[in-house]
Amino acid sequence: MKCDGIPSGCAISGMMSEDGRRIDGRIIIKSIACMHDRSNGLGGGFAAYGIYPNRKDMYAFHMMYDNIEAKEATEEFFKNVFNVDKDEAIPTQRENGVSNEPILWRYFLEVPESKLEFLSERDYVMKTVMKINSDIEGAFVASSGKNMGAFKGVGYPEDIGRFYKLEDYSAYIWTAHGRFPTNTPGWWGGAHPFTLLDWSVVHNGEISSYGINKRYLEMFGYKLELRTDTEVIAYMFDLLVRRHKLPPSLAVTALASPFWKDIDRMEPEKKKLATLVRQVYGSTLLNGPFSIIIGHNRGMIGLNDRIKLRPMTAARKDDMLYMASEESAIREIEPDLDVVWSPKAGTAVVGTLKEEVE
Amino acid sequence: MESQLPAEFVVNVDHERCRRCKRCVINCSFSAIEFKDKVTPNHRLCVACHRCATFCPESAITITENPLDYKYGYNWSPEIRKNILKQAESGGIILTGMGNPRPYPIYWDHMLIDACQVTNPSIDPLREPMELRTYLGAKPEAIEFEGEHDNISLKTELAPQVKLDIPVVFAAMSYGAISLNAHKALAMAARRMGTLMNTGEGGLHEDLASYTDRIIVQVASGRFGVTSKYLNNSAIVEIKIGQGAKPGIGGHLPGEKVGEDISKTRMIPVGTDALSPAPHHDIYSIEDLSQLIYAIKEATDYKKPVSVKIAAVHNVAAIASGIVRAGADIVMIDGFRGGTGAAPMIIRDHVGIPIELALAAVDDRLRQEGIRNRASILVGGSIRQSADVVKAIALGADACVIGTASLIAMGCRVCQKCYTGNCAWGIATQKPELVRRLNPELAADRLCNLLTAWGHEIQEVLGSLGIIAVESLRGSRERLRGVGLPQETLDILGIKHAGIGQ
Repeated sequence: MKCDGIPSGCAISGMMSEDGRRIDGRIIIKSIACMHDRSNGLGGGFAAYGIYPNRKDMYAFHMMYDNIEAKEATEEFFKNVFNVDKDEAIPTQRENGVSNEPILWRYFLEVPESKLEFLSERDYVMKTVMKINSDIEGAFVASSGKNMGAFKGVGYPEDIGRFYKLEDYSAYIWTAHGRFPTNTPGWWGGAHPFTLLDWSVVHNGEISSYGINKRYLEMFGYKLELRTDTEVIAYMFDLLVRRHKLPPSLAVTALASPFWKDIDRMEPEKKKLATLVRQVYGSTLLNGPFSIIIGHNRGMIGLNDRIKLRPMTAARKDDMLYMASEESAIREIEPDLDVVWSPKAGTAVVGTLKEEVE
Repeated sequence: MESQLPAEFVVNVDHERCRRCKRCVINCSFSAIEFKDKVTPNHRLCVACHRCATFCPESAITITENPLDYKYGYNWSPEIRKNILKQAESGGIILTGMGNPRPYPIYWDHMLIDACQVTNPSIDPLREPMELRTYLGAKPEAIEFEGEHDNISLKTELAPQVKLDIPVVFAAMSYGAISLNAHKALAMAARRMGTLMNTGEGGLHEDLASYTDRIIVQVASGRFGVTSKYLNNSAIVEIKIGQGAKPGIGGHLPGEKVGEDISKTRMIPVGTDALSPAPHHDIYSIEDLSQLIYAIKEATDYKKPVSVKIAAVHNVAAIASGIVRAGADIVMIDGFRGGTGAAPMIIRDHVGIPIELALAAVDDRLRQEGIRNRASILVGGSIRQSADVVKAIALGADACVIGTASLIAMGCRVCQKCYTGNCAWGIATQKPELVRRLNPELAADRLCNLLTAWGHEIQEVLGSLGIIAVESLRGSRERLRGVGLPQETLDILGIKHAGIGQ
């Protein structure tokens, strides 16, 4: 099931309501469909936040199984590591251009108290995800966060969106990806977004620093089994923000650090911090062309590589923040924007859910 | 005893072209050329240092290997036969200089570097920034903050760091092994290029006092020149446990080289042999090393990174791990091809392991133990070209050290006669009339040119790799492939064979 590395071209789009308004999936499908020609039908996917309000405190595992044996093995495994509150098929409908889907099943899980003697809950869940992906043949965790989910597969993104009936989900953050891989793996797990806990990443580009990013993450117990460069981004946010407790704005400067020539000209306090981040987190620096949108439960972050080798446009309208590979993909769903801009290389665009929003 | 050894080289003088200026006679510091009505070589004394040929205004001199053939014997090579003759005549250990010249595998030459095509673009180093800056020193695992949300302040206090503008530093070569002018050239070049030179174990001459922020000062088993001032006037303090050219043995600077200046710098009487014992006599275990590391940190008020230099030997990974846990900020690993001013040939040629394998093993081990961030890794022991630097960094080194390459840049011809003190190029000698031949300013220019050239070459490779900062190459073994290496070697190096994709 695991496939080889996937260099890609791709389209990305993201939208969020900072007021926490839930929007159904038809809008984001319209946006990503506008960039149809940036994909080649070999992968599309979506991440949605706020979609499971009734079970928002449980880990929602979206699973992909190659066969029934993998499903049985995973469910047997779950019995020992989680309390399973509910499990069900992920609703889908037949759609042209989508075929050979794996078994798609979702689980709402709680971690038994007894398991948390030596580990934090999230570390425990992270380890479980790593274990399933590397140890259970034919099983793959598509997403594992709370009150969120990833919907992805092989096909054009608009077809994948309809296949998963995204019109039935309401989310305050949507991100989307259309894929243009330069080889043909046809593997559902290889589509974006890549996720871990509530982190999701859609990525246009290729990480030239993958080798060291991977080795660095392995030092902290992450297993990079998917052999695709995008997963390092999800894991790096997990490491830097969740485990090392860096503010997201600082984590971003580790991944796309300012140049030394600019750091040298900063105010002393800023300079000290920027230097420290590069010294300590040099191995997390991402090289190569990329534009990415990272989703998490409290917001959305857009980021370009340090010399902007991939396109990215951002826009705002009232409480809405939009980001996409092309401005047209934003105009398609909101023609009347308050402000539109092209984020500078290495400069993050950050959307944050208002504090009062649950 | 009359020597039966044939001459190693033949000096050919074209007497038609020679205009008898005697410049060659003056320049030959090995007395291999005399003037008897005409230029007359004593072939037996020639070491092929090229000094005469370089300075002959008529290009009338060529030096060739003595074509004297030996009866063929694969097992009994001419070299082995000559060594036996030497020992039969002298009864002594065969002494030699520079690094291991034997044809062991050179793993650098079996590794190839990746490049970008199409999906991830290669990057033009003339258009885009290509950052080579490197910081040596211990890094914490994570940055820590105090406070919550918007009101946070930095809690992490970083251990001392030393900035390098290029990840290449000059290797430890003592004042004694090399001349003061060579030391001055290295210090000047280190300052100009934003890198470091290393005193070696012979102390720091007072003329170099103004360069101390660019100098690694060494504390070796002889403790020559070690004072509180010496430790504090430095960028880094290095404890020398071993040297790649002679792992496990000490050093010996003969008394005839210990003149007024060296005596003062090393703090030993004029004319006495400077003996470095094989071990430090206060280090017989890892906890003793830890004591010395912390004694130095106390003496320098925790303001200097402390490096520990070891030779690459079989168990190097475990040793390096112990060194990091003992508190070292930097581990310097010297491979078996590293150079020396003087070493017994048996040690130089047969002891230690290649730096490529040692580096890969150490980097792996420190990562497995989750302590790679706690020390920088410096590697040396025959870094010959910028490609070796790129490969070393991709295997996991923070920076490389160059000894022999820096000497060659200053004029060294690798004749391996450093231990004689007759260096015709003014580098490995203390004879004032020879030392004078090395102009520190000009030698510094040559060193700067070499590093500038290497810097540009490294940037070219980074660009072709689609990388614009050297930290994204560091440890990125995915960008290397092996050619013609057996699987076990590939596994040790942590690289795939060429032809295998991601």
